[in-house]
Amino acid sequence: MPAYEIEIILNRQLADCLSIPVFITDRIGTLIYYNEPAEKILGRRYEDTGEMPSNVWATIFKPMDELGNTLLPDELPLVKTLQNCNPHHKTFWIESLQGKVEKISVTSYPILGRSSKFLGAVALFWESLDE
Amino acid sequence: MKITIRGVRGSIPTSSPEFKYYGGNTSCCEVVEDGYRLLLDGGSGICNATTDQQMGNKRIDILLTHLHLDHIQGLGFFKPLFEPDIEVHIWGPDSSTQSLHSRLSRYFSPPLFPVHIRELPCKIILHEIENSVFKIGPFTINSRYVIHPGPTVGFRVAGRQSVFTYIPDHEPALSLNGLPTDRKWISGIDLAADTDLLLHDAQYNLEEYKKKIGWGHSSMDDAVLFASMAGAKRLLLSHHDPSHTDVQLNEMLAELKARKNYTFTYEMAVENMQINLP
Repeated sequence: MPAYEIEIILNRQLADCLSIPVFITDRIGTLIYYNEPAEKILGRRYEDTGEMPSNVWATIFKPMDELGNTLLPDELPLVKTLQNCNPHHKTFWIESLQGKVEKISVTSYPILGRSSKFLGAVALFWESLDE
Repeated sequence: MKITIRGVRGSIPTSSPEFKYYGGNTSCCEVVEDGYRLLLDGGSGICNATTDQQMGNKRIDILLTHLHLDHIQGLGFFKPLFEPDIEVHIWGPDSSTQSLHSRLSRYFSPPLFPVHIRELPCKIILHEIENSVFKIGPFTINSRYVIHPGPTVGFRVAGRQSVFTYIPDHEPALSLNGLPTDRKWISGIDLAADTDLLLHDAQYNLEEYKKKIGWGHSSMDDAVLFASMAGAKRLLLSHHDPSHTDVQLNEMLAELKARKNYTFTYEMAVENMQINLP
């Protein structure tokens, strides 16, 4: 398999240096990398799973609104970024496979390369600071 | 394919007896096959390239990996640019903000240089490249962006039978843990895959590199590891630091060879060395 574009590679290198969870997908939503803090959210190790298609990783945690209603995929920042190549941000709750519910904020941004080509997307998970 | 190394020095040319063996000119490499010639980069070494009278054709192709000064500073003194019957094709990396013409014009204009690019007597044709494939004579060239500050590409030059890979400025080990173990995550690896000859950045020794992480260059250790992972058959370590004398470069290579044993040949690039590939 050919190497990723350097814009993707450099995003991974940055993710490796951050203490917040970072998820990187290719342009069709395949999860191609997640860092160590993100492993805690997924409950899995990148070394073990490798890349994951979107229909696999999207089922690992359940996103919910403040009333506990399940959010549709189209309401999630990363999915929206993959759809329209724009940055998005949203605060919501997730329930992991272990049943733990956490309030988080997610910022997603598109990776637009030097040639303005859409190469993939990045999602940063923040501990929610909202009241 | 005949390859002649015209410049091996990084950053700035050097000139003193201490640098005489490896040479003091900045990056340039000449590749010839079937009467076609490529000049890879336009550092000060380009001034020593074969003249067009010797080549017998009126077209010159200069492929720039990037526009840092040590890769273009020879252009203004390259005689064919001042000959009206010569057609010069300059291939350089695309930028999302400025055209290649605009960026080259910053060098080809006062106060840095007395002659504007539009005033050069030769016919100049500019080509902006990115992750591209293009053909020049018998050569098929792949360019890909690689890790180095600013838009920078490396080249994979395939001739009729052989492949030469040229990545003089490159820091593929830029990360928390050095060079990744998975090839998919290594910048430039496709350019160098199974190549017959790889010329690669090796500006620093290990101790120097630790103080210059993120500057866009490689340690000699990372260069040989990169070549090994790519499956290169032969490696030339280049872009020598301008502070490294002949004696120091010899010591660095000996020290590296004492620690690193690979199945492929690796050596320091030397100015004007010639390599013939089938």
